[in-house]
Amino acid sequence: MMKYGYFPGCSQTSSAKEYDISLRKVIEKLGVSFDEINDWSCCGATSAHVTNHNLSTALAMRNIMLAGQQGMDNIVAPCAACYNRLIMSQHEIANHPLIKKETEEILSADFKKDIKVFNILELFLKTGINKITENRKHELTGLKAACYYGCLLVRPAEITKFDDAEQPSSMEKIVESTGAETVDWNMKVECCGAAHSISRREIVVDLSKKIIEDARSHGANVMVVACPMCHTNLDMRQRVMKRAYPDHREFPVLYLTELIGLALGMSEKELGIDLHYVDFRYEDKVEDKTLVN
Amino acid sequence: MSSNALKDTKKLQVSFVSQASDKDTCPKKNITTDHISKKTTADEISERTFQDVSLCYQCGKCSAGCPVRYYMDIAPNKVVRLIQLGFYEDALKSDTPWLCAGCLTCSTRCPKGFDLAKFMDAVREIALERGVDVSQKNILKFHEAFLDQIRMHGRSYEAGLVAEYKMKTLDLFQDIDSAPGMYLKGKLNILPHNIKDRKGIKSIFKKTKLKKT
Repeated sequence: MMKYGYFPGCSQTSSAKEYDISLRKVIEKLGVSFDEINDWSCCGATSAHVTNHNLSTALAMRNIMLAGQQGMDNIVAPCAACYNRLIMSQHEIANHPLIKKETEEILSADFKKDIKVFNILELFLKTGINKITENRKHELTGLKAACYYGCLLVRPAEITKFDDAEQPSSMEKIVESTGAETVDWNMKVECCGAAHSISRREIVVDLSKKIIEDARSHGANVMVVACPMCHTNLDMRQRVMKRAYPDHREFPVLYLTELIGLALGMSEKELGIDLHYVDFRYEDKVEDKTLVN
Repeated sequence: MSSNALKDTKKLQVSFVSQASDKDTCPKKNITTDHISKKTTADEISERTFQDVSLCYQCGKCSAGCPVRYYMDIAPNKVVRLIQLGFYEDALKSDTPWLCAGCLTCSTRCPKGFDLAKFMDAVREIALERGVDVSQKNILKFHEAFLDQIRMHGRSYEAGLVAEYKMKTLDLFQDIDSAPGMYLKGKLNILPHNIKDRKGIKSIFKKTKLKKT
């Protein structure tokens, strides 16, 4: 049984509840267990990062510090934005002695232990995608998935040291292990507007609309994401999108973990897919219904 | 050029030179080395981002790939140019750094390895320290409201964030339609989750407070 420290991130407890629910259910089936960091706090998110560099580094490193104190060697951060904040802060600490010194003073700690932070794609690749194929209850034929990485999962490549920054393909490998098809499309690493979701909503709606339409025009019938912010912008914002673009047709957006959960035989309700704004039922996507079960 | 004209030009040059030598008595108090020793805003940015702002040679690849360029007043590469040339106020007042979504597309593609997203971080931070009147007020108010929740609870608290943001912007009706749906689906927590070590979080905020200059 593989064991990881777990940093859920704030969204997992509210707007991305279903991501947390589905992740925990899926990894259990795949023989992985999580040990949640005790008393974890916000990673600082975009708001700290864009206004105050020291605050942002200190808030992120507080969690790394706790993980170290609680005896963890590696942690999984399923939210792409948290993942990015954590590894960027670690990178700064490792490369700039001045920032290291300042942050250690702020937190009254010293960062000696090297703690590896994994994103959700790395988690599944490490667990072994063959495990998904072995454990799957049904092949998700009929699904044509557009894998959306967004900005923060693979960038900056020299720090994430994971996949290609412009043409990543690891999520496709994971999705294909469920039996679903993947489509080749253009906007897999384009930005959805992220933190402007509330303060400049029209930007987010425009950018997300472009992403959805690109996926659709390349033959996809579902989009797969690995970030709560991307999901909010691409799924929940479709309500506003319909007002801004009256001819907009709804497009389902799933978390990667929900897709894997479906293949492992869990129902939409179990996985929290019913919490999405755009409805998704796997049966509706299958032309030959006899394939299900 | 006729020989006369050439002579005239030479005369003119000589007169300039002699004028200059006449002015050798230039008052000493006007000669300072301040402009050399004083740290400029460009130096400040270079220092904070651990990269020289003069690295950028203005190819414009960053602006070409920027997803939010369309909404900005000045193209991202031009903000760098303004800083390089010393037009600090224009750069600090621009809404470009505030609209930057931090998606790192520019930093990934820059042929000079210049981390433009990091540059924007420094520009915003300096603008805040100097009390520059930020044009994208709602974006700043959102970040302030978000950080207030973290300072109080240790984690994000969406209901508190939205309430505070609406109070700050008086934009009371935006998103009012999303909230009930989120609440019914159990996604909007009515009460915040308070972490145990809130004292530790408050101390981080206190120690990292920006110094107003």
